[in-house]
Amino acid sequence: MTAFDPSDITIMIVDDELSVRQSLEAWFQDDGYSMLTAENAAEALKKLQEHQIDIILLDIKMPGMDGLALQDRIREFNKDVIIIIITAFATVDTAVRALKAGAFDYTTKPVDPDELSHLVRNAVDRIRLERENTALRESIDSLQFVDNIIGDSPEMQRVLEMVRTVAPTDSTVLILGESGTGKELIARAIHMNSPRKYFPIIPVNCGAIPESLMESELFGHEKGAFTGAQYRRKGKFEMARGGSLFLDEIGTLGMKSQVDLLRVLEDREFHRVGGERSVKADFRLICATNTDLEEAVKKAMFREDLYYRINVFTIHLPPLRDRRTDIPLLARHFLQEHATAMNRDINSISDEAMDVLRAYEWPGNVRELENAIERAVVINKSGTITPDDLPLQMSGTPAPQDADGDGSLADVERRHIKRMLDENNWNISRTAELLHIDRATLYNKIEKYGLKRPE
Amino acid sequence: MTEICFIPMGAHPRDISLDMLCEEVERILPVRTQLRTRPMDIDFALDPSRKQYHSTELLGALLEQNSTTDYKLLGITPYDLFVPVLTFVFGQAQVNNRAAVFSTFRLHNEFYGLPHAQDVLANRCLKEALHELGHTFGLRHCSILPCVMNSSTYVEDIDLKPADFCLHCREHLQSVS
Repeated sequence: MTAFDPSDITIMIVDDELSVRQSLEAWFQDDGYSMLTAENAAEALKKLQEHQIDIILLDIKMPGMDGLALQDRIREFNKDVIIIIITAFATVDTAVRALKAGAFDYTTKPVDPDELSHLVRNAVDRIRLERENTALRESIDSLQFVDNIIGDSPEMQRVLEMVRTVAPTDSTVLILGESGTGKELIARAIHMNSPRKYFPIIPVNCGAIPESLMESELFGHEKGAFTGAQYRRKGKFEMARGGSLFLDEIGTLGMKSQVDLLRVLEDREFHRVGGERSVKADFRLICATNTDLEEAVKKAMFREDLYYRINVFTIHLPPLRDRRTDIPLLARHFLQEHATAMNRDINSISDEAMDVLRAYEWPGNVRELENAIERAVVINKSGTITPDDLPLQMSGTPAPQDADGDGSLADVERRHIKRMLDENNWNISRTAELLHIDRATLYNKIEKYGLKRPE
Repeated sequence: MTEICFIPMGAHPRDISLDMLCEEVERILPVRTQLRTRPMDIDFALDPSRKQYHSTELLGALLEQNSTTDYKLLGITPYDLFVPVLTFVFGQAQVNNRAAVFSTFRLHNEFYGLPHAQDVLANRCLKEALHELGHTFGLRHCSILPCVMNSSTYVEDIDLKPADFCLHCREHLQSVS
């Protein structure tokens, strides 16, 4: 927020008494405000046309058009200016009339200096909030449509065209794609180009939240709803009010949570855990998954009715290996981003390194490409990225996905998890049990290392 | 060096040494002070219905009765002051000009039902004198709380601020004096 300068605020005093105009003008000038005065309605209207006025201190009793009539006239063409009525002849009737007609506040002469300061400070606070709000809206409006989505390939252009089509509607969107393809980025692009963009988008990684906590996480809870619920807490449904709810990895949602979600989508209202009052659900739902939901429905692991609820408009995000023409573009983008962030003078990728990048299978998709470039920026010394700067597993094509890594602890963990998953036919529950971790942690590790179930 | 003439208005303020006030002001501001002993008559500025004196009229009288000098003029009165639209004012000054006035009426603890406190009263008077004189040197209200030019609408506000100028206001004073 920028520092407040009172001279940015213009106050006009409208009063037929010269002494009142002069004393109020002097009073507010001392505080640094820009001041104008008018001794009657005609002069006030003229000045209002000529100047940008923020606050009017308006006397009611004036010869000719009185203050209340003047307020009505002003409101015909200016809804924004803040009007504060100051009168020596206060009655309940005039106060009610003034406030109903849109006066910001009402006070009687003589005014206590502190009350006057408060009145104007409240008005100035409102002006500041409105200015900030306008500036924020303008900055949101000025954001480019898909500013941070990079891809010239026909496959990606098709995706962006679908985003443009569905964004302005309120339809539920299902984004399908492998891990690391940028599903959340697409969800945010849909949100930012929808009428809900001035409200938040709330992401929920369904795979990362244990089933036992999911209900309270989504619905929120009342104070005392369960042991440890010391305060009322808003859930994700409520936090997304007016905006969008992004349910990532919806395929991992447990059966009870599926029922709960379906009910909310059907009723458009819900109760906080332990609450009696229903809360309106007002969000656009965007879901994403890298699992085959149709297959999950067939195996009775995902409710068919919920599947049809969320499968209204589907966007398939192609894996990076299916849009290899985008790899140089993405690689250069990430190079510039990370070189700038790390303050490194690295500005190119050699032809040989680019060939390696193009040839690699990218099981972890764009996320893996970004990590590879970030790593290269860290270790490069020549100013041009060469194959030597890239992770070893990329040097052969196609890369054996379980090839020896760089020997780091993270690499050992990645390979061990991958081996356990393969040995257990990617049965998440069994693998998690054998690894002595819970399912949510395993999903997080799969996501982190960009592991992918073999076709 | 700027000269300031301290002028009692209506009567000598109770419990206040104007000599000491002059000394304190000279310690803080780069000015020379002088004190008039005979109070100026201010009956003309009394509003009988409000039992208060119109501070703007007092400023006018200060200028009128001292038109042959170029001193800055600081009126000090024990009586309550007002401008027509406000219930009271602690003081009033011409910005970047010669005349200023302040009242000790609401600076006494007794006004608020509290026991007399000499130090508190002297401090408040010094702050009000500096504040109104600051206006005559062209200073507006300062948004910095620890500055004597910060606006005060309650006596507590006066107590909260120091009897000194912030760096920004002091720079201004040095540039004009």
